[in-house]
Amino acid sequence: MSVVAHREVAAPGGLWSRLSLGQKQVIWAWGFLAVPLVFYVVIRFWPTFQAFYLSVTDWTITKPASFVGLENYKRLLADPLFWQVFRNTFMYLILGTPISLLISFVIAYYLDRVRFMHSFIRALYFLPFLTTAAAMAWVWRWFYQPVPIGVINDILSSFGIPQQPFLRSTTQALPAVLAPAVWAGLGFQIIIFLAGLRAIPVTYYEAARIDGLSEGAILRKITLPLLKPTLVFLVVFSSIGFLRIFDQVYNINTNDPGGPLNSTKPLVLMIYQTAFSSYEMGYAAAQTVVLFVILLVISLVQLRIMRDR
Amino acid sequence: MKEAASSPALVLSRVRPGRIVAWTLLFIGGVIMVTPLLFMLSTSLKDASQVYDLRVIPAAPTLDNYVEILGDGRFTRWFINSTIIAVIVTLSNVFFDSLVGYTLAKFQFRGRYIVFIAILSTLMIPTEMLVLPWYLMASQFGWIDSYWGIMFPGMMTAFGTFLMKQFFEGVPDDFLEAARIDGLNEFTIWWKIAMPLVTPALSALAIFTFLGNWTAFFWPLIVTTSAELYTLPVGLSSFAVEQSIQWEKIMTGASIATLPTLIIFLFLQRYIVRGVMLAGLKG
Repeated sequence: MSVVAHREVAAPGGLWSRLSLGQKQVIWAWGFLAVPLVFYVVIRFWPTFQAFYLSVTDWTITKPASFVGLENYKRLLADPLFWQVFRNTFMYLILGTPISLLISFVIAYYLDRVRFMHSFIRALYFLPFLTTAAAMAWVWRWFYQPVPIGVINDILSSFGIPQQPFLRSTTQALPAVLAPAVWAGLGFQIIIFLAGLRAIPVTYYEAARIDGLSEGAILRKITLPLLKPTLVFLVVFSSIGFLRIFDQVYNINTNDPGGPLNSTKPLVLMIYQTAFSSYEMGYAAAQTVVLFVILLVISLVQLRIMRDR
Repeated sequence: MKEAASSPALVLSRVRPGRIVAWTLLFIGGVIMVTPLLFMLSTSLKDASQVYDLRVIPAAPTLDNYVEILGDGRFTRWFINSTIIAVIVTLSNVFFDSLVGYTLAKFQFRGRYIVFIAILSTLMIPTEMLVLPWYLMASQFGWIDSYWGIMFPGMMTAFGTFLMKQFFEGVPDDFLEAARIDGLNEFTIWWKIAMPLVTPALSALAIFTFLGNWTAFFWPLIVTTSAELYTLPVGLSSFAVEQSIQWEKIMTGASIATLPTLIIFLFLQRYIVRGVMLAGLKG
């Protein structure tokens, strides 16, 4: 050993072998991190600061950016379209998160007890999660058409129920756009709920049954409290998803994305149109900062509320 | 699992009416869940005259729509684009996210915690906020309408790094020490010793990254302008607009975009479900 070490010291690259194991470790670590750190600085941190900077400029495609202070934000707050969009975005959240979590919990709760063809039934619920939202929006768009094309209206009329306008109505369009998003997300939520349910030790249930607790009491006193970490994760995760909805909305009404009369337009679509239809990049950047603040506030509020309870 | 050991007669006696009702309702719900997919597939097998016939099994199934759409060449191109992009981004994430996760989990050095927090903090920044600076970057460097332009924002993710760090923390230090004494260098120790111990996490990361990039719409829509470089979702969207009311053609396109992930799932169901559970619980 000592001979080898001695020879290495004498060799031209001998500096390396003179380092202690700890020093070598540090060099390896920074060597491993070198390329990723460049990536994170150039592709994540720098663009983040740039987004804040662009939001206080009047940058458009044709005109170089110049500083305009909070002009974009003032304009946004005075824009009635923004408030409409703001309301829509929250409608997606307020309808989407509770409905999808309630459905997926009920399904997971019962599916957990099913043994017969368990993985087949689970697969049926999970498959929509693997689909492309842009493609599925077209399938649902077809479903919502009037008779004789649309499947849903066909079924309704065969039961003698009057035709529904769905995507053509300012009140029905938003839930109609939300439905495919909820549908596609259920499978993921069910799988996560199933994993959470399975992580609860069987002994807890056995003890509760010995104590004579009813199924409802077991659900309230054991299952739901122990499922809280899963629930917190799913609430935050799916809320962020609904607040960022875009693919479905854009594809389900390509003639007038976000229509009719902006009644389905979420914030991300407004950002897209401001940036890439109107080319008002600075104004769009201000909207992205507002989206960032909304996501941050909603996540923090949810985490706070759920942790306290 | 518990009931697998008991005799069939015992199982039968334990089947209560409530269970049968629950099972039936779950089954019906599951069938409703896949109904949109069944309608999509069945319509893709119908010609224009049968589209208004809502039978799920086509009266006269035909592959004409597929022949026509695939023969046109654009879908083949978009399919290849999407595959190349999703595969490269997935490989990059599997490599770099686990390299960084491993370094943060297993090396002692000053600045480790700061690097970890810095990477984790990027999770708070929504993609939409970075899209305009990325677009600016892509147009300055000529990355618009290129594979690299579509791929560069996703080559590494904080989510994947965090997931892999969690799993590498569970790898015993003794294994790595033993390899060090054997004279392996640190890169080999990571690649040959540590990586095989976290394959479930790697497959979870690979599944999520592939699926995310295969279905991605927002950024590819922004960064591509020529149809040659479209990914499948963006291409499908432009194709569907052009077809307007030829629903059998649109459903064929939608099927082509959707079937690959569904078929992969049928073969890898166990790994995919386990991967989603792992990522959800640890991530």
